[in-house]
Amino acid sequence: MTLTVTSSPHIRDGLTTQRIMGQVLLALLPAIAVGVWQFGLRSALVLTVCLLTALAAEALFSRLVLRSNTVADGTAAVTGVLLGLTLPPAIPYPVAALGAAFAVVVVKGLFGGLGQNIFNPALAARAFLLLVFPAAMTRYTAPGQALPLFAPTADVTTAATPLHHMVVPALPSQSLGDVFLGRIGGSIGEVSAAALLLGGGYLLLRGVISWHIPAAYLATVSLTVFALHLTDHPLTWVAYNLCSGGILLGAFFMATDYVTSPVTRRGQLLYGIGCGALTVLFRRTGIFPGGVTYAILLMNGCVWTIDRLCQPRRFGAKKGGSL
Amino acid sequence: MMPAPFHGGVHPYEGKHLSRGSELTAPPAPAHVILPLRQHIGQPCIPCVKVGDTVQLGQRIADNEGLSAPIHASVSGTVLAIETRRHPVFGEMDAIVIANDYRDTPCAHIQPPTEPAALTPQQLLAAIRRAGIVGMGGAAFPTDAKLRSGMGRVDTLIANGCECEPYLTADETLLRRRCGEVLAGLCLLQRVLQPKTTVLAIEDNKPDAIAAVQSTLEQFPQVQLQVLPTRYPQGSEKQLIQSVTHREVPPGKLPGDVGCTVVNVATCHAAYRAVYEGRPLTERIVTVSGDAVAQPKNLLVPIGTPIGELIKACGGLRDNAWKVIAGGPMMGIAQRDLDAPVIKSTGAIVCLSRAHEAAAGTACIRCGRCVRACPVHLQPLYLYRFACAADYAALWRQHLTDCIECGCCSYICPAKLPLTEQFRSAKHALKEAKL
Repeated sequence: MTLTVTSSPHIRDGLTTQRIMGQVLLALLPAIAVGVWQFGLRSALVLTVCLLTALAAEALFSRLVLRSNTVADGTAAVTGVLLGLTLPPAIPYPVAALGAAFAVVVVKGLFGGLGQNIFNPALAARAFLLLVFPAAMTRYTAPGQALPLFAPTADVTTAATPLHHMVVPALPSQSLGDVFLGRIGGSIGEVSAAALLLGGGYLLLRGVISWHIPAAYLATVSLTVFALHLTDHPLTWVAYNLCSGGILLGAFFMATDYVTSPVTRRGQLLYGIGCGALTVLFRRTGIFPGGVTYAILLMNGCVWTIDRLCQPRRFGAKKGGSL
Repeated sequence: MMPAPFHGGVHPYEGKHLSRGSELTAPPAPAHVILPLRQHIGQPCIPCVKVGDTVQLGQRIADNEGLSAPIHASVSGTVLAIETRRHPVFGEMDAIVIANDYRDTPCAHIQPPTEPAALTPQQLLAAIRRAGIVGMGGAAFPTDAKLRSGMGRVDTLIANGCECEPYLTADETLLRRRCGEVLAGLCLLQRVLQPKTTVLAIEDNKPDAIAAVQSTLEQFPQVQLQVLPTRYPQGSEKQLIQSVTHREVPPGKLPGDVGCTVVNVATCHAAYRAVYEGRPLTERIVTVSGDAVAQPKNLLVPIGTPIGELIKACGGLRDNAWKVIAGGPMMGIAQRDLDAPVIKSTGAIVCLSRAHEAAAGTACIRCGRCVRACPVHLQPLYLYRFACAADYAALWRQHLTDCIECGCCSYICPAKLPLTEQFRSAKHALKEAKL
């Protein structure tokens, strides 16, 4: 009998990267379900196009350039689905496919592959699409509207999302209940606060993410919006702000992306606060209704610095002493 | 004082039930014992017997000056050879091999002192040194030297009954069966150190051992029992000090510098044997467990018994055996074969099946689990990056030298990166580079 001789430890926890990605996909199911329910089969096709393109891009790029095969780690699948969820249901399929390929090849692959990218691939691809295809990326349709599965969607009737009103700024015409459940216009995966909270709660419960980033993010948005609307239904404003646009999708699924967020708890709080503050700033001053994308991307760029600022105290060194 | 949780740590599958139920058994006496000249930190011993000599059980057969601990014959018989043999920790090492005559003729020198209670601290230290006692929890630091360095500055003496490594139940078995002797041994050490507080620390996953201590404790009013919430690596010296006293041992300092001395419970027991019975350290309890051995057990064996004999006494290895580890699965040493002997610090032989082979890994996903698990506040993900790049300046800046190699980061890593393994060699390289 040959015994294996390697260095300790000799046992490993059962949690793997693949399993974590599987849990993220599972947690996205409620948001996917509401999206398909509200926007019809077309949104399911958009998600499928994004998923398959991301997998194909990962397979080709990792095989040809990185000389390994990393499709099975599940990260490309998560990127594809996440990008799909940030797109409007009427997005032309080639645009969606281009976005997915951009996310995997340019944002992740060219930076060195898994774990090396500075920016969240799905969000960076969405930002790219917003700049290149501004019309298609903001062509939001009303929920329940039958979209042609394969015909061009350039002339579909568009509907205002709650965020369009809030840029004005005025309270949206949609009821809070509709906003919470997802009976509003918007990107496929962002419309239902309920579904996103369900998925986010699952990730928290399973320990895939911790509360630090989403809590700091949402608390910052809440407090800032409350302060800005002190005399004018502050709580209603807070509720609409939290439930509309990509905030919940961003706070639970995008800002918590391991690769592009800080590793220490203190750093995560700082990063969440930054995301929240920038989101409110962009929502109130920007010309785009969606501030979440750029807020998180900007904070992604600060992660290295935040990690350096928030290093743990050296064991045995005095509190407040040198690291 | 409430136990303060140390930072980080992990909760591996415990597997302690495998060997817990079995009674303490002594396997058939080995045909020969292998006694390496190095079973402790410090100077290796120099043999004081020759090939062909007849030796008696408990006879001193090797010793050295300075930081060292004498080695005694663990069976009676004839010195068969003094040659290089397998060593469970160092790979290979000179050893004295004794052919067993199966008579266990005791050495004439073994005599208990007439009045143990009257011994002075210096006499107690001499008795401990004479008995060849070293830290039996794994570190194998000569106990008399440890006590000496703590004299006059230690206010807390901690007996370590945590046994936080998975599968191990040797200390637990000792506490269950010989609790009074362990506590009496601890009180001897207390007489040497004169601390304000003496604590016996046990993790809460050993209810039987805790019950045994509680029922014995009234005879030892000077000892406090502290039950700690189970978490690996609680039994690590610095972490246990933190749990019990809230103190952190500063980098490069010793437990004595924060007023603490930590001694394993098996070491306390050995001190009891040395002082009250005059017997040197020649046997110990070893847990043989894991899913690749037929009948997990706790065995009382002469030091020097080959690992293969222990496994044979436990029904042999299963066909799916993958690793045989001297020590626990988190910090133990994987064995190439079963020829190495049990030494003074061998608390367990853990046999693992292929089921424990790590799944295929990925690149680091920066999940930060390693940072949260590190009990000494390091950031393994960054250290790993620097170690792979051989960036010694960065490793130095990030305090790689603080790493206690507990294995938590590797254990928890979802990408299955060989973090601890890499750090071990990087620490080596760092040491070389400094010279």
